[in-house]
Formats: sequence, structure tokens, C-alpha cells
Amino acid sequence: MRVEEEAPLMMMADSEDVAVITNTDLTSAESESKIINTMVERETDLLRKIEINVAEAEKRTGKNTVNIQETYTVYLIETRPAESVPEGGTPAAPDSLWRRYSEFELLRTYLLVTYPYIIIPPLPEKRAEFMWHKLSADNLDPDFVERRRVGLENFLLRVASHPILSTDKIFFRFLTEEKGWREAVLETGFQDKADSRLKSLSAMFRVKNPDTRFTALKQYSDELNTVVSHLLRVRARVADRLYGVYKVHGNYGRVFSEWSAIEKEMGDGLQSAGHHMDTYAASIDDILEEEEHYADQLKEYLFYTDAVRSICRKHELIQYELEMAAQDLAHKKQQKEELVTGTVRIFSLKGMTSKLFGQESQEQRESRLAALGQSIQEGEEMVKEKNKECQEFMQAAWEDIERFKEQKDKDLREALISYAIMQISMCKKGIQVWSNAKECFNKM
Amino acid sequence: MSGQTVSADFSGHMLDLEEDEDLEVFSKNTSLADGSPVPNSPSSMINQYRLEEDTAEQQNGNTKDIFITVDDPESHVTAIETFIVYRVLTKTTRSEFDTSEYEVRRRYQDFLWLRSRLEESHPTLIIHPLPEKFVMRGMVERFNEDFIQTRRKALQRFLNKISEHPILSYCQSFKVFLTAQELTSHKKQGAGFLSRMGETMRAVANSVRGLRSRPAEFILMQEYVEAFGNKISSVDRVTQRIIREQREYLDELKQYSPTYTQWAGSEEELAEPLKSVASCVERCSKETEERIHHLSDVLLPVLHEYVLCAESLKAVMKRRDNIQAEFEVKNEALASKKVDQEALQEEVDGLADRVEQANNALKGDWSHWQNSMRTDLKSAFISTAEKNVEYYEKCLAVWESFLLSQKVEPSDDRNSGDVS
Repeated sequence: MRVEEEAPLMMMADSEDVAVITNTDLTSAESESKIINTMVERETDLLRKIEINVAEAEKRTGKNTVNIQETYTVYLIETRPAESVPEGGTPAAPDSLWRRYSEFELLRTYLLVTYPYIIIPPLPEKRAEFMWHKLSADNLDPDFVERRRVGLENFLLRVASHPILSTDKIFFRFLTEEKGWREAVLETGFQDKADSRLKSLSAMFRVKNPDTRFTALKQYSDELNTVVSHLLRVRARVADRLYGVYKVHGNYGRVFSEWSAIEKEMGDGLQSAGHHMDTYAASIDDILEEEEHYADQLKEYLFYTDAVRSICRKHELIQYELEMAAQDLAHKKQQKEELVTGTVRIFSLKGMTSKLFGQESQEQRESRLAALGQSIQEGEEMVKEKNKECQEFMQAAWEDIERFKEQKDKDLREALISYAIMQISMCKKGIQVWSNAKECFNKM
Repeated sequence: MSGQTVSADFSGHMLDLEEDEDLEVFSKNTSLADGSPVPNSPSSMINQYRLEEDTAEQQNGNTKDIFITVDDPESHVTAIETFIVYRVLTKTTRSEFDTSEYEVRRRYQDFLWLRSRLEESHPTLIIHPLPEKFVMRGMVERFNEDFIQTRRKALQRFLNKISEHPILSYCQSFKVFLTAQELTSHKKQGAGFLSRMGETMRAVANSVRGLRSRPAEFILMQEYVEAFGNKISSVDRVTQRIIREQREYLDELKQYSPTYTQWAGSEEELAEPLKSVASCVERCSKETEERIHHLSDVLLPVLHEYVLCAESLKAVMKRRDNIQAEFEVKNEALASKKVDQEALQEEVDGLADRVEQANNALKGDWSHWQNSMRTDLKSAFISTAEKNVEYYEKCLAVWESFLLSQKVEPSDDRNSGDVS
């Protein structure tokens, strides 16, 4: 099922309609220090109108809700019209506003509650996990802040490229209205729905007939979560060790330099070889910084598994409610039958008391029958309603799941490819350095 | 001559004509201590020529006329001990040897004997070190496969170094070592325990007294030897550390492949690229293993040998100092006028000659050693650099083949253009 069919405003000639979005506002100097966001996206109405990026991060201090001074980071969201700039013309200045991480969280919670059948994109991690280098685990560390900036931008772009989520007004106001947005969100009353929904999601209940597709999906999601967590842990350890290997070579640099001082013929060769060893040792920093980007791509899908899991749970919840309603209806029908035929198969207080205190009058019996009849009617309505809810949810959710699967396969394949490219780049650097070193050794 | 008490005539001890036929090439001075002219045999002239030549020439197969291999380690068990015996195979065209091929069996102790004999005969020549008696690091036991192989290679290198040395390779003890089926009878001959003891005691006495003045070039040499010893030990330590880090890296790297494979098991579309990545990482792991082996087998042994060389150089310098000190002691005694002038003068003259010979021998051998050191270390470093280039080239090929399998052009700039 192609997503494009469901959003009639999207006219795609080519099914391969993906484009690689880059941070076009960065100058070349900036882009050297900042990570390029190469997320693959689909075009929606929203993205056809505006470009979105999270351009900067800044530290602020202020009093929080309990009047304590705190330091936090705010991120600059820029939006600008998507029309291409004419030759020689200057691009329009972007609209921009500042948001902090907690506001992103609020937005996401709103989306979770409002669109329970959609897999909501995850936010970048709150605290740095799976780190190989203890230093960058600090929330205020510039590298962590930078990667979070990219992650937040990624989040916004994912929402903006979702056929349904991109049409949400609150989301649009998040991008464009700095003040007043918070009130607007709270006014939607999603908080009330949030509490009950979230509570029931964590409740334990047994579903008799869950849809097999959702059961399979939940299992897949758990497997993916386990294996990606493991992969991230392995990666962190490998990175740590590789760092050690490269840095130790720096000692060659130092020793060769000292040694060259006492040699005549060998001196020059040793000295210059030593410099290359220093270069080799220094090169690992950039290599691992790049690899962090790969880890972030994996982390995004790790966090996605939580969203997938919650969809499965929602299905179970609705299915459970349906089953409960059906069970309740059956119980009432049984009661009615017994009342009509006079047999007591189901224990009821009324039945017991009539046995003990004598049969009830015809009047009482008839009023009870009427009440039951009413109750059964309501019960039938309820079952119908729940059934509809269940069907609608499954259909809507499954559509999004298919979309998600396609996105996941594409994104992760891209991630693997970019990992390979990183490895190739690392190998090329290694070849360069050691070839140079060999030349120097030749001069010994 | 074992059991001989220390005589005043050191010249007889030094120029041990019964033992060493090579004394005509001991120094450029063509007269022996007793005044008779040195027979200028063709071989001695060639060897003197060799001293002046660039040692690199000697590595050339054209001038090499003796080839030695050490192999086939075998365990020997007796009532008292167990030890390893190696086969030493010699192929040579030299006229001093009766036939062109010899095969003998030798144990580590025999190598020790050879080296100490060479040291005795030529106290100020730089003799290549033997692998250590015990290996402390890594808790390697004596009969461990790797240990035996490492030792075997080092023993072979030792014999080849001796065979390349212009003077040492013509030592009688060397020939005996390579050719005699039974060494025990030869071991009983030669300057024995007591004379060695005497030398050591004299050395201690002299070192307490101190040298009057060391010639400038030997002061420089001493400084160099100290510094060189330091630096080469550092390089050795750094290399050991690198090997350790590489091993730990490899251990972690090996976790990648099974994890990617496990992931592939849960996927449909992604299964193929994931399995491909798993196999790529596995191949890179193998290359890493190769890289580690190369460091351990090629670079580290050479570095370690030169660490031992530095130690033996210090010993050579000390012996030279002792020879000078012995002369100085007697020379000073000469000035006191209380002793038999004539006899003492003869002794002093003899000692003076000895000092000159010792100095010349060392000076001559010094450049030979430096060239040898430079060649050995240069070749080991080049080999290591080459291996590292090869490692990265192979890994590069692995990942490029992955990209091809995913139908991506390896040279694509990922930051622009469409994904096909």
C-alpha cells in the first residue's frame, strides 16, 4: 500500500521520490564543524512550502518553575519559504524562534496522544548513552549539544515529512509561534487523554485474540531493540579500543624524534617518520566523531522500537476493551435467558434472594427484564462501537506501520552504506600515512 | 689451557695461537706481539678490505659464501633434565672447511659456549646477542611452541650475524661449533673458569680505580650507547604496547559479526546487507590478526635483539676500559722505580699493544655494527609500514566490494545527488 495514495494532494510522478536534504544555510566554515543532516525524506505539502532547520544551540540561565537558577540549552528553529532563490537574488531571511528540549518533549507527547495509531518519531536521547568516551556523556558538552541539535532537526523533518503529522496545526505553531504555543497545546486538552491512555498502556492485561500481525510486530520490535542495543554497546567498546591503538602510535612520534637526535644517517628518516606517526595518532579523533553519526542513526531506530511497541500495546488495549465488552454482553444475554426460562445458571444476588425470600412478583420480573433488555441494547452498541474502533485503529495503524517499515529499511540500508564509506575513508587515511612513513623509513 | 694460573704475560693469553688461526686479521698492524711478521694470507687481506667496505655489500649474495640454518627443534629427555636440541645446517664454499655441508645438533647451552669463546678471543668486538635464557614477560614456558620458534629464529640470526662478521666468522670456535659432532671435548679446552675469574677480578679492581682518561671517540661512543639503549628500549616497549592494544581491539571487533548476523535473522529486506556487513567485518578481523602477527614476528624480535645489543655494547665498552686500565696500572708502576724495570717495561709494552689492538678492533667494528643496525632496523620498519599499507588496502577492498554489492558507486559523494 503506497502512502501516496492516501494523501491525495501529493502528486508524485516517480515512486522513487526521495531527496537528500542538507543544511543549506551553513557556510562552508560552519559545515566543517557541524554535522551534515543527510536524512532521506519524502515531500509533503508542508515541506513544499517551507524549509525547516535547527540552526544553532545556545546556553541560557534562568529561574525554573521552583525558582531555582538553572542552565539549559535552547535551540534555534528556522523556517523559510521553500521556493528556490532566483539568480542573483538574496534568500529571504528565515523566521526563527528558540525552543528548549522540554518543549520538544511536550510536542511529542501531544502527538503521541493525538495520533495513537501513528508511530511517532523519537527525540534524540535525553542523556548520552552507549558512549565510548566518558567525556561526551555530559549534557553540556559541545559535541553532545551539537549531536542533539542534529537529532532535533531530524525529529522535526521526520514529523514534517509524515503525510498525516505534517498537517497538524499545533506542530505548525510549534515551528512558527514562540510565545503562546504552550498555552495552545494545553488547551487541546490532550493532557487528560494522556493520563488515562498512558496509565492503561502500562497496565497488565491478557488479550485472548490479538491480531497476529501485531503480535509478530511486537516480537520483531523487541528483537530489534535487543540486537541494536547490543550492537551499540559493541560499537562503543570497539571505538574505545581503536582509539587506544591509534593514540599509542603517538608514542612512536615522540621516541623517534628523541632517537633521531643521536643518529647521523638515520636521523632525518626517523624524525619525519615520527611526524607521520603523530598524524596517524591524531586522525582517530575525526574518524570516531564521524562514526558517532552512525551510532546516532542506530539509536534513532532503537528509540523507534519504543514507539512501535506502544502501538502494539494500544492495539492490545482496544482489543481487550472489545473483548471485555463482548464478554459483558454475553453475560447479560445469559442473565436474560435465565430470567425468561426461570433457570438459574448464573449466580445473581437477585436470584439468590428470590430463592431465599420467595419468588418475586410478575411486576418485578418484568421490570427486571426490561432493564436487562435496555442493558443488552447498550451492550450491543458498545460492542459495535469497540469493534469499529478496533477495526479503524488496526487499519490506520497498519498503514503507518507499512510506511514505517519501508522507511526503516531504506534508512538503515543508507546507514550501513555510510558506515562502509566511513570505513573506506579511514582506510584511505591509513594508506596515506603509512605510505608516507615507509618513504621516510626508506631514507634511513 | 684450562686451569692455567694467570700469568704476567698477557700477550700469550690474548694471542692464543693454538686456538685462533685468525689472528693475522686481528688488527691492521701486521706484526704480532713477539715481532714476527704476520702471514698475509689472501683471506686476511680480503677481511681487512671488508672492514673498510660498506657492510651492505655483505648482504649481497655474491659475497656470501656461507649459509646457516637452525631448525628442527627436538625435545631431549635425560634422567636429570629436558632440553631442546636444534639442527644446525651449514652450507659453505670456504676453503677452511673440509666439505661443503655440515649438519650438527646443538642446544642453547652450546650457543652460550660459542658466544663466550668469541667474547674471550675478541673482547672488544661487537658480538650479536643471543636470545635470552628466560622470557619473563607473558609467562611463556620453555617448551611453548611460540617460544621455541622465536628462539630458533633468533639463534639462526645470531649464527648468520657471526658468519657475516669479517673477523668472527673465521674464528676457530665458530668453525668447531658448526662442524664438530661432539662439542664436549672442545668445551674443555680453552681459557677456563679460573682465567675468566681472574679477568673479572682485575676488572673490578680497575673499575674501582677508574680510568685516567678515555679517548674522546670512546667517550662519544659511550654516550651514544647509553642513549641508544634508552631509545631502542622505548621503541621496544611502545611496540609491545601497540600489540597489546591491537589484541584488545581485535577481541572486541570479533563481537561485531555475530551481532550483525543475529540482526539479519529478524529482518527481511535488510537481511542481505546486514549479512554482507557481518562478513566484511569478519574479513577485516582476519586482516587485523595478520597485522598483529607481523608485528610480533618481524618488528618486535629485531627491536628486542637491539635492546640486547645495547647491553652487549656496554659490556664491550667496559672491557675496552679495563684493558686500558690494566695498562695504566702497570704503566704507573713503571714510574715508581722500585721494581724490575726491564721486565716491567716489556709487560707494559705488551699491554700498550693490547690497548691499541683493542681500540682498533672496536673502532673498526663500530662502523660495521652501525651499518648493520641501520640496515636491520630500517628493513624491519619498512616491512611494518608495508604491512600496515597492505592491511588498509585489503580492508578498503572489502568495504568497496560491499558498496558494489549494494549497487552504490564507491566514489559517490554522499552529500549531494540522488540515491539510486
